[in-house]
Amino acid sequence: MGEFKVHRVRFFNYVPSAIRCVAYNNHSNRLAVSRTDGTVEIYNLSANYFQEKFFPGHESRATEALCWAEGQRLFSAGLNGEIIEYDLQALKIKYAMDAFGGPIWSMAASPSGSQLLIGCEDGSVKLFQITPDKIQFERNFDRQKSRILSLSWHPSGTHIAAGSIDYISVFDVKSGSAVRKMIVDRQYMGVSKRKCIVWGVAFLSDGTIISVDSAGKVQFWDSATGTLVKSHLIANADVQSIAVANQEDSFVVGTAEGTVFHFQLVPVTSNSSEKQWVRTKPFQHHTHDVRTVAHSPTSLISGGTDTHLVIRPLMEKLEVKNYDAALRKITFPHRRLISCSRKRQLLLFQFAHHLELWRLGSTVATGKMGDPENIICSCISPCGSWIAYSTASRFFLYRLNYEHDNISLKRVSKMPAFLRSALQILFSEDSTKLFVASNQGTLHIVQLSGGSFKHLHAFQPQSGTVEAMCLLAVSPDGNWLAASGTSAGVHLHCTVPAYNFPVTAMAIAPNTNNLVIAHSDQQVFEYSIPDKHYTDWSRTVQKHGFHHLWLQRDTPITHISFHPKRPMHILLHDAYMFCIIDKSLPLPNDKTLLYNPFPPTNESDVVQRRTAHAFKISKIYKPLLFMDLLDERTLVAVERPLDDIIAQLPPPIKKKKFGT
Amino acid sequence: MASLEEEFTLSSVVLSAGSEGLLGVEQSSKADQFLVTDNGRTVILYKVSDQKPLGSWSVKQGQIITCPAVCNFQTGEYIVVHDNKVLRIWNNEDVNLDKVFKATLSAEVCRILSVQGTEPLVLFKEGAVRGLEALLAEPQQKIETVISDEEVIKWTKFFIVFRHPVLIFITEKHGNYFAYVQMFNSRVLSKYTLLFGQDENSVIESFTASVDRKFIALMSLSSDGCIYETLIPIRPTDPEKNRSLVRSLLFKAVVSGNTQHGVALTVLDQDHVAVLGSPLAASKECLSIWNIKFQTLHTSKELPQGTSGQLWYYGENLFMLHGRSLTVIPYKCEVSSLAGALGKLKHSQDPGTHVTPHFVNWETPQECGLEAQNSEPSRRILRRRKIEVSLQPEVPPSKQLLSTVMKDSEKHIEVELRKFLAIKQTPDFHTVIGDTVTGLLERCKAEPSFYPRNCLMQLTQTHVLSYSLCPDLMEIALQKKDVQLLQLCLQHFPDIPELVTCACLKIFLSIADDSLQETDVNMESVFDCSNSVHDEKMEEQTEILQNGFNPEEDKCNKCDQELNEKPQAKTKETTSCPVIPKRAALLNAILHSAYSETFLLPHLKDIPAQHITLFLKYLYFLYLKCSENATLTLPGIHPPTLNQIMDWICLLLDANFTVVVMMPEAKRLLINLYRLVKSQISVYSELNKIEVSFRELQKLNQEKNNRGLYSIEVLELF
Repeated sequence: MGEFKVHRVRFFNYVPSAIRCVAYNNHSNRLAVSRTDGTVEIYNLSANYFQEKFFPGHESRATEALCWAEGQRLFSAGLNGEIIEYDLQALKIKYAMDAFGGPIWSMAASPSGSQLLIGCEDGSVKLFQITPDKIQFERNFDRQKSRILSLSWHPSGTHIAAGSIDYISVFDVKSGSAVRKMIVDRQYMGVSKRKCIVWGVAFLSDGTIISVDSAGKVQFWDSATGTLVKSHLIANADVQSIAVANQEDSFVVGTAEGTVFHFQLVPVTSNSSEKQWVRTKPFQHHTHDVRTVAHSPTSLISGGTDTHLVIRPLMEKLEVKNYDAALRKITFPHRRLISCSRKRQLLLFQFAHHLELWRLGSTVATGKMGDPENIICSCISPCGSWIAYSTASRFFLYRLNYEHDNISLKRVSKMPAFLRSALQILFSEDSTKLFVASNQGTLHIVQLSGGSFKHLHAFQPQSGTVEAMCLLAVSPDGNWLAASGTSAGVHLHCTVPAYNFPVTAMAIAPNTNNLVIAHSDQQVFEYSIPDKHYTDWSRTVQKHGFHHLWLQRDTPITHISFHPKRPMHILLHDAYMFCIIDKSLPLPNDKTLLYNPFPPTNESDVVQRRTAHAFKISKIYKPLLFMDLLDERTLVAVERPLDDIIAQLPPPIKKKKFGT
Repeated sequence: MASLEEEFTLSSVVLSAGSEGLLGVEQSSKADQFLVTDNGRTVILYKVSDQKPLGSWSVKQGQIITCPAVCNFQTGEYIVVHDNKVLRIWNNEDVNLDKVFKATLSAEVCRILSVQGTEPLVLFKEGAVRGLEALLAEPQQKIETVISDEEVIKWTKFFIVFRHPVLIFITEKHGNYFAYVQMFNSRVLSKYTLLFGQDENSVIESFTASVDRKFIALMSLSSDGCIYETLIPIRPTDPEKNRSLVRSLLFKAVVSGNTQHGVALTVLDQDHVAVLGSPLAASKECLSIWNIKFQTLHTSKELPQGTSGQLWYYGENLFMLHGRSLTVIPYKCEVSSLAGALGKLKHSQDPGTHVTPHFVNWETPQECGLEAQNSEPSRRILRRRKIEVSLQPEVPPSKQLLSTVMKDSEKHIEVELRKFLAIKQTPDFHTVIGDTVTGLLERCKAEPSFYPRNCLMQLTQTHVLSYSLCPDLMEIALQKKDVQLLQLCLQHFPDIPELVTCACLKIFLSIADDSLQETDVNMESVFDCSNSVHDEKMEEQTEILQNGFNPEEDKCNKCDQELNEKPQAKTKETTSCPVIPKRAALLNAILHSAYSETFLLPHLKDIPAQHITLFLKYLYFLYLKCSENATLTLPGIHPPTLNQIMDWICLLLDANFTVVVMMPEAKRLLINLYRLVKSQISVYSELNKIEVSFRELQKLNQEKNNRGLYSIEVLELF
């Protein structure tokens, strides 16, 4: 098949930020995840856990709470004291509103979804009414002595439970007064030495309040009498999070030791109606604090300081034991953070707050910015003379000048007003055009020549839609531009037939102008742009079906490219494999070996021909963040070993092991 | 058996109880909550399990509560009367009694009575009774007078009999007592005169009543300390007639007659009453539980701080005023047996009865316990029982086996045992085996001639016995020097104490060869020594192994040189097995057994020196055999491992080194052993050097995986 020289790059020093909150939306089966740098990501659990949207973070915005309300509206609140609503269509912040209560530690939407409750540093609990386009302050509840760290509504919406330092209060929503106050035992391992922080509360419909606290306890309280019913000591460290299933028959807690415990309401004896809460399963998928947990109908979701999002399906809740029953551990973003300039062999690495430019073979330049905002996207032009990147409020374009080995950067000033913020940036193959997808749904085309630029055209979104475009692909001859939104459709000058899974990567092949699209359910389509229909090969693949192991991969394809000399080849990769699809070879069926790591040993040509199939896979490089062709015989692979990430995390809680 | 549990104080707050005590303790609509009315202005709602008050209500200064608050079970509201005529109704949410519903009645109220399942009744001081609803409809209605002028209502109780409310109240006039029974379905009021019978001058202190189908059993505690019972028919034959009822003595002198404090009596259930009072004139007050049927005292509890002579019983709690605080004593009465009813007498075990050893069978639940806890045993067990039944039409073989063990001949027992073992799957298999062994061993002890060897061996091989289950088994086997059984025990028992292991070892070493030849010892652990020619060849190889280093070059002392003088001849001498194969098999069983060094060492010192030498010789032989092959194992099915051999050599030398050194016949052996050990140490130090080199190889391998930050490689796709 071929031999390549591979530049194996491991110096992309990327460390994802820790997960702070997760919020599961039952209606759309989506998961919102917020990280400590303020980034909010939306995962579509129905679409193979694909990260379909993200909102860039901001240094001043530390999210402490995240919740869905009124079905599909997403709110967050943080230590800057602001409540933020996100525009899930245009992928921007809709508005931010100061709650005037100091840092906000907790937030909960009412069971009906029409009210929002926040707990503040100053001990106040504030109720907001959710209006169709904003939120409106309604009133304060009785002020408490210390910060409100956790909140939970009674499913009937009449009472709420609020966890504070050393106690839990129960408020009557109608009157706003505290009707119960339950003091939490400070004792920690038999000594009462420090304050007991109630990290999480959950209010069940039978009036039971479950609390988790910094002394490692999970406690059950009777809210009617304010008495402690049961107490489980489950950890030597803090228990930091709790989430209850909708049916209230199971809940999950996460501890600072990285353990997640599953509790279930089970009958005391078989076929008795009396039930009790029992700690059933411990899971240790994290090395660090589990800061947040969520409970979807079929799985336990947890995230924390070790930056992994872990989705652990509950086997008893799954009817079909398919690949969804496997544990998912999502560490890397499902988008590209790296772009490369083929001509000059340059790699551009995108970090949260800065970019790094490397020349393969020698270090070149590191551009650092002091911007508090996170970078949304970045791109280097194929010729290597332009770099563009964007934050949530500004767009930057730089010109690079090469004098022997020195590089000088010059910022192109006076960007036009419409180029405020971009979701995706792309240069044309000849580096003369810049394509920018703005978050209003508009596509701008800018002509670059010398040191100046000229706005050529703006594609306005179809009337009525404000959906933002997240993925762009341009044909090498510069005639065609493809854009894909956050939902499934792909737009060109015409629209590719809709498919119900989001697009994870796409590219237009040279010469043939075939658009290759990868979807989150691991399907790959090839669409002929000039003919406006799927190619024959694509139809054959669909008829034949992909190999089952191909469909069972759990990371999406993030990059597609083509070999300039071999038109039948498609190069693509996900985080754990790199694959060249040779369209001229027969497709594998489920019985053939999809991945064969061993070279053929002097077997006869016949055998080799019989076993050869279209998918040529290499699993040497992992986790693979980027792989592209530099020239005909050279590849660049950017790896980010997990050990290197772990080495940069804060040390976990030391647990005593036997014999140490 | 009735028992009183640990008491607890409901409120340490001093209630304004006064000398008369509390006005009343009444149930509320929630199971665990009780209304306590003190003798002044306050009603408090307590939750007993939490031992804390849930609510408290008081009437205004100047007003006084005259009748204990009760709960209307139909509405959950509370009702109280203050200043004799003013009725108040409130619920949990109300805070101030002044602002709640109020009704002023035209006559003075004696009590309000409320039980589950019916509306509350208001009993007026003149004896008239009204339903609450009817009364509230017209509060100022005229209330008739039922009882005569100087009659005073002393006590009252409200029952539900066959779903109809029945009210009984006792009045007193000039030392005469009258009982009134009001039926509400027929609106009939019957009056009875209570006659004292023979003892005319006693005063009745306390009443209590229980109800069965036809009668109200009214119990009274008189000042002479006796409890009397009066049966009052519920359905009078002729309601108009004034009848007399004679009381009968139920039992005598429960409490001392002349106490200063009040006494109280409460029926707990059919057979039990609780009595509050001093048992003797001078002693402190006591709460005691009596069984009426058997007239026995079941339990009692001293109340040193004195009581108010009031006692209430609801659910499982007894309420009383102990000192100044309201005390609750939970009371439990399990189903009583005759033995339990005999009272607090210490029933020591009759020494004559034979206690059969009881083996807990972990595989099936204890049946008696199961049935007591769970009325329906699980289906699985039922099914299993059915199978049993079908298998065993008459006497179950287990029972038959046990009876055989006690009486029959050895042969017969063997047959029965074989039968029993054939049907192995019985759920009580473990217990039967245990019982059988114990039975056999007891018989062995009793009759010295009885020794059912085959049975014991079979039982040992069932894998269900252990040393702790039948320590006598090995004791007897040791007495009889039954090495075969001992070997089996060593193989099958996991928990043999070191003392016994050592005793076995002594026997194995001391037993004569010819008596061993007769026994049928399991030879599985002994490898075949017959091809001694082969051994000779192996011996040569041992030498080669020894020469893996050069002993001449080794800078060892002269003694060592001497030792190396004639190795060939000496080794040959030792390579033939020093013990016969049967003894070897027995010793191997010892080597395989588990032990703890600290406990074994003292016992090893008791073994005679020549036996130690023999055992050492055998171990040395095994060690040589081990080192013959590269894997350092012995041939055979279940041979002793090298570690076991080494450990035992160490142990024997540790325990008996001073003795063995003094023995001339052991000298040669010790020297050979020393030489062998020395040569082995040299070999292993050489191996150590080789290992270090290979460790580098491993390091290299690791480095290959851990690449740097940047590399250029070649990828071949095919």
